[in-house]
Amino acid sequence: MAERIISEPGQLPVGPIGRSGIGWWGVATLVASEAALFSYLLFSYFYVGASAQPAWLPEPDPKMWPSLPNTILLVASSFVAWFGEKGVEKGDRAQALIGFGGAFVMGAVFAAVQGYEWWTKTYGLGSSSYGSLYYTTTGFHLAHVVAGLIILASLFGWTAIDYFSPRRRISVSAGVLYWHFVDVVWLFVFTTYYVTPYLGFAK
Amino acid sequence: MRPAAFRTPEVGDDNPELRARLHAIWATEPGIKGWLGTTDHKEIGLRYIVTAFILLLVGGIEALVLRLQLAGPDLRLLTPDQYNQLFSTHGMTMIFLYASPILSGFSNYIWPLIFGSRDMAFPRLNAFSYWVYLGAAIFMYAGFLIGAGPNDGWFNYVPLAERDFNPGLNEDFYSLGMIFLGISTTVGAANFIVTFFKTRCPGMSINRVPIFAWGTLTASVANLVVIPSVSLAFFLLWMDRQFGTQFFRSPHGGQPLLWQHLFWIFGHPWVYAIVLPAMGMVSDALPVFCRRPLVAHTLVALATVAVMILGFGVWVHHMFATGLPGLALSFFSTASIVITVPSAVTVFAWVATIWLGRPVITTAFLFFASMIVLFVIGGVSGFMTASVPVDWQLTDTYFVVAHLHYVLIGINVFPVVGATYFWFPKMTGRLMDERLGRWNFWTMFLGFNLGFLPMHLTGLLGMPRRVYTYPEGMGWDTLNLITSIGSFLFAIGVLLFVINCRKSYRTGAVAGHNPWDAPTLEWTTPSPPPPYNFAVIPTVASRHPLWEDQLDESEGRSSWLRGMTLDQGKEALATTALDADPERILEMPQDSYAPFLLAVGLAILFTGMLLIKWIVIGLGGLACFAALLLWLWPRRDLREREPAPELLEPAHG
Repeated sequence: MAERIISEPGQLPVGPIGRSGIGWWGVATLVASEAALFSYLLFSYFYVGASAQPAWLPEPDPKMWPSLPNTILLVASSFVAWFGEKGVEKGDRAQALIGFGGAFVMGAVFAAVQGYEWWTKTYGLGSSSYGSLYYTTTGFHLAHVVAGLIILASLFGWTAIDYFSPRRRISVSAGVLYWHFVDVVWLFVFTTYYVTPYLGFAK
Repeated sequence: MRPAAFRTPEVGDDNPELRARLHAIWATEPGIKGWLGTTDHKEIGLRYIVTAFILLLVGGIEALVLRLQLAGPDLRLLTPDQYNQLFSTHGMTMIFLYASPILSGFSNYIWPLIFGSRDMAFPRLNAFSYWVYLGAAIFMYAGFLIGAGPNDGWFNYVPLAERDFNPGLNEDFYSLGMIFLGISTTVGAANFIVTFFKTRCPGMSINRVPIFAWGTLTASVANLVVIPSVSLAFFLLWMDRQFGTQFFRSPHGGQPLLWQHLFWIFGHPWVYAIVLPAMGMVSDALPVFCRRPLVAHTLVALATVAVMILGFGVWVHHMFATGLPGLALSFFSTASIVITVPSAVTVFAWVATIWLGRPVITTAFLFFASMIVLFVIGGVSGFMTASVPVDWQLTDTYFVVAHLHYVLIGINVFPVVGATYFWFPKMTGRLMDERLGRWNFWTMFLGFNLGFLPMHLTGLLGMPRRVYTYPEGMGWDTLNLITSIGSFLFAIGVLLFVINCRKSYRTGAVAGHNPWDAPTLEWTTPSPPPPYNFAVIPTVASRHPLWEDQLDESEGRSSWLRGMTLDQGKEALATTALDADPERILEMPQDSYAPFLLAVGLAILFTGMLLIKWIVIGLGGLACFAALLLWLWPRRDLREREPAPELLEPAHG
């Protein structure tokens, strides 16, 4: 009779260590699903746009002010959040708080400017298929920004009461990963709605 | 004391003290707390299975009423509007509330057992996924019960689903219910994916994974990325209906075909998602009754993945008659024909397994073997409609109805009933009655074919689907009567199945660990398995741990009587994705109310959206927020945070 094989590993980590843990996989699947959602939103834009009548775009040359600086602000906030994560990694609570707090403020400003942009638009949600797509897509993104802000605020609070250490910080890595997603997906939304008209789409 | 960050897992023998200790750690508390808070995958799996079977019966009764209405020409049992609601609700129930959840139920129950692990990767997410499924089912049926069930077919085409043509709450119930249900399916899919890649026991490298797990994995990957498409479609429809948006309304630049694209980008991968796990059941269980391993295991696993990948590229075959450009039709027609190749690989592997084996004819075997026949019939009729000109002739006729029932009943219901006969002893500790089983099988098999085989002809003779009645003298009368008789015979078969389950649960023969002499790890556990599944973490050395002495296909032998004990808390093992080498000790969460509370919060939120009552929406949102905070609050026992500084040894800075 052949010998039994018995797995006898050496030292194994217990629970999540650093950024690796099973929870990270969970957030990664969430991000994959959310990314799919945005790709369907953008598919809808391109599909409706490609089959639309002429003069479908209410603004054939979308204004870059304040959307472009706002985009840069949001992308920059990703780096600030990363700076905060590095703070937790080094055990530097002040750096962590600056990072999460800074990213929160930048995200909040982004949301406010986005709200202002909505306010200044000459078309409404129901005035055309373009308006419906524009407000729904940016609205979906804004909802994700708000969720991200709640996450950043939670990370700020938990860091302030000293929950994390360089070793135990899976919530930080998961939350910051989500914030990166919120920022990266905006680049796709921005490109679709603000840049492709300049490339001639739907003109 | 700071809990150790690293530990060498103790290795020991299975013994009664260890089992007692693990039982105390893992058992669900009795009473309401355990009932609402349990995270045991077996409890959740059984809830899924029972709920889905109840909905199967409900959907079946709806079908019988439809068949009474259609039994003869010009009958007036149902009004056209009642008929519309009934056939749409039947589709919604069978496709969304039965076919997928039943497979989730079996996968939930069986996966950790075949993987040699103690639970799913995310036990609380698992509980949440069930509660949301239940909530969404109640939500959608609440609409039906107040006379506002879906009334535009399960695929719910616009513009008929728009408010201008459909002013009631019917479509709002359906739209919001589908978004609600989508949350359950998505989180369930995420859980299966991570469970597959991270929790297989040591030695279960990727080439040793049972096909059933491959089926559910591929279905889950598909669900994860296509559910957002249908949820979005229903959300946009709800916006069109309630907030005057112009997504699908052509007068202001909307595009009705966008609905069909978004729906079928989801819909066709979904069709595979509700058959691939069931095909996996056959691939794993049929060989047990053929007394030999599955022929071409690797090819069948690859074929499963290939079907799913190709399945992303065939959705337009539901839209051949919508006037799309010829190039698009050719592309999707080709893809739809190519997809038969990996499906055929699987079929030939099953046939070869029977051919080369020594079949033991049990009820389970009959269900699995007959499934191959039904799959071939449903596959051929699908292959026919993959051809554009044939589809143009047959679309919207009963031919398509016959096809989809052969596929869904043939490749979902038959394998699932077979799987119940197969795994019922594991779940309950008792074998199902074989004599009653034969009656059960033959009634279902004959009833089904009597009902649906002639329906191909009804379609070829031109009878359109979704029409509440038909005039005399079209040549459809006799065929419809036969179909109605067959459907009632089929229903009697299903009833016998329910009777057998009930009877065997009480008085069936005691099963023991492994009544079928089957090869995979679930059969090493007691029936039913204890809350912790395995006293020691098994190590496997081959694809068939329990058949190694006969097959001698590996050098070493698998071990399940000695292994890692992991008994210093509610612990499980994480392994690497491909080789399944031990990687991490997982601290599993205790039972928790958070999943239930979050599902309740969502139910309130969706009810608020249905009624457009902002205060209710706000309350639901707050409840969700509170539940999420409770859920995600970093916990010491899960090693998500450090103990407070004063509890640490002074040496730490």
